[in-house]
Amino acid sequence: MDGFKDIQSCKYEISENHNGEITIYLQGKMDSGNASQLIELFGPLIKDRSPDSLTVDLKKITYLDDFGALVLVELRDMMTALKGHFNLKNAREEVLFTLGSETLAEPQSLIRVRPPNMFIRLGDAILRYATDVKYLISFVGSVCLAFTYSFLHPKSFRVDDTFLYMQKTGIDALPIVGMISFLMGLIMAFMSSVQLQMFGANIYVASLVSLAMTREFGPIMTAIIVAGRSGSSFASEIGTMQISEEVDALFTMGFDPTRYLAVPKILASVLVVPILTLFSDVFAIAGGLAVGVLMLDLTANAYILQTVKTLSLFDVLLGIFKSSIFAFLISWIGCLRGFRVRGGAASVGQATTSAVVSGIFLIILFDSIFALMLRYLG
Amino acid sequence: MKKHEIIQVCNLIVGYGEDIVLDTISFDVREGEIFIVLGESGCGKSTLLKHLIGLKKPLSGQIHIDGDDITNCDEATFKNILRKIGVLYQSTALFGSMTIAENVSLPIKEYTHLTQKSVDTLVKMKLNMVHLNGYENHLPSEISGGMRKRAGLARAMALNPKILFFDEPSAGLDPVTSVELDKLIVHLNKRLGTTMVIVTHELQSIFNVAHRVIMLDKQTKGIIAEGNPKHLKDHSDNPLVRNFFNRKSEH
Repeated sequence: MDGFKDIQSCKYEISENHNGEITIYLQGKMDSGNASQLIELFGPLIKDRSPDSLTVDLKKITYLDDFGALVLVELRDMMTALKGHFNLKNAREEVLFTLGSETLAEPQSLIRVRPPNMFIRLGDAILRYATDVKYLISFVGSVCLAFTYSFLHPKSFRVDDTFLYMQKTGIDALPIVGMISFLMGLIMAFMSSVQLQMFGANIYVASLVSLAMTREFGPIMTAIIVAGRSGSSFASEIGTMQISEEVDALFTMGFDPTRYLAVPKILASVLVVPILTLFSDVFAIAGGLAVGVLMLDLTANAYILQTVKTLSLFDVLLGIFKSSIFAFLISWIGCLRGFRVRGGAASVGQATTSAVVSGIFLIILFDSIFALMLRYLG
Repeated sequence: MKKHEIIQVCNLIVGYGEDIVLDTISFDVREGEIFIVLGESGCGKSTLLKHLIGLKKPLSGQIHIDGDDITNCDEATFKNILRKIGVLYQSTALFGSMTIAENVSLPIKEYTHLTQKSVDTLVKMKLNMVHLNGYENHLPSEISGGMRKRAGLARAMALNPKILFFDEPSAGLDPVTSVELDKLIVHLNKRLGTTMVIVTHELQSIFNVAHRVIMLDKQTKGIIAEGNPKHLKDHSDNPLVRNFFNRKSEH
């Protein structure tokens, strides 16, 4: 016997006899404050000495919670592994019950669940994809029906909400769209001027910037920014409503959730994104103008005249048309992802990410379709 | 021997901006008791709870948790106070992306140095304690409301806090499940000696579990009754209190 030693409110004394039997006398508290220290202390000692029998005397224990019981479970398991005997002395009934609990003897770990094999995951992914496509198609129908109803019953339009989303999607996005478009125009003018200067064709910088921005980059850049800002916001807003049962509440109150939630968002986007695109075109041309005037010795007048000469009404209208289609796609996919949310907060995060990624994919896909159509239809 | 006051609330004024919800209230909770805060809807029960667990700062007054003032302390003391309390939220607030076992093991892994095997064993013990053995690998969305409450309780008790706070524990539960939860609360209180502070207005639960109650009032913005609910039911001087305990309307 070495006399009592102390570990965080628990005193212990170890006694060992010549028959290979160890007795641990414990005194005080065994709780969350000292459980890991007690395991770290007794574990190596038992492994080192490999006793035939271990007895733990709890006579002087004043408090023992489940962390304390855990220490005893660990000691018992160690002795079982060493094929030795484990005995408890002066243990309360609850402690004996905990140690005798069959569920604690289950060998498998709790947290790490083995993932299903590759084929199951593949099949699962295909089924999920098929369900997704089915929902996608039915949501197109649902949105079309909701719009038809709204046009036939104008009073059912949620005008205030539509204006609110017009502000959020359009006016609030104007500074970032303006800034990025201006820089885009600046970069395009600067890069093209390096080549065009060699041929003395500086003035065509204005043509390049205006045409590229109005027909392609203006609508695409604006749509990508709107997808990042508003598409994600629509998905998370509807997704949160979905998990807090607000969408169910709307349904049971007799509202069509698509008409109530999706129509104002889609309509607002289709109305403001083309205007936002026009602003983007203007800011990009201003960026090109800054490079033309400051670096290429062009006059502002000549630059603007060349821009006007290059652009036709068709180019501007094409950009506006494309941007309104992009706006529909972004808001539609954002709402769809929101309605697909199931479970908890993590699902809202996935829906938000998915809304942005799918939105950008659809923008590029439809832009490619437009490019092909223009090429073959002249 | 009289048990010491583990929570002391002194001259507490709480509110939102200019609106005072509770005006200059004082009370204390003794170690090991089941203490219930009750009152009609909108009287400030949940607001008081949010202040007791440090989620909100009061307009003035002190709240001492096991000797430390939660309203005016440094970060280290605040963290130390948080280690002494566990909260079962009305919605349980289990993390939806984690299994029940992962939810319970989260604080254990964070605050102890136990090995994964020990953590697994302890989680099983905790879930046994709330009669949820076998549901370790279920997600919260895959179990019933009553089971979610018990899982939330297991997580709140993961580190065996000195004080457990419950926000409307019986809300949304059927009477049988509600009684089972009450029994579990009483059992855990007896077994572990944990102090329990419960915000509720479920009369049956109050009579089943409470050692002592305080009743808050919307009009006076203060405490209108304090004591044993069974005594207050028939012997309170205040008719509002008697009506509350006897389910009678003033109108």
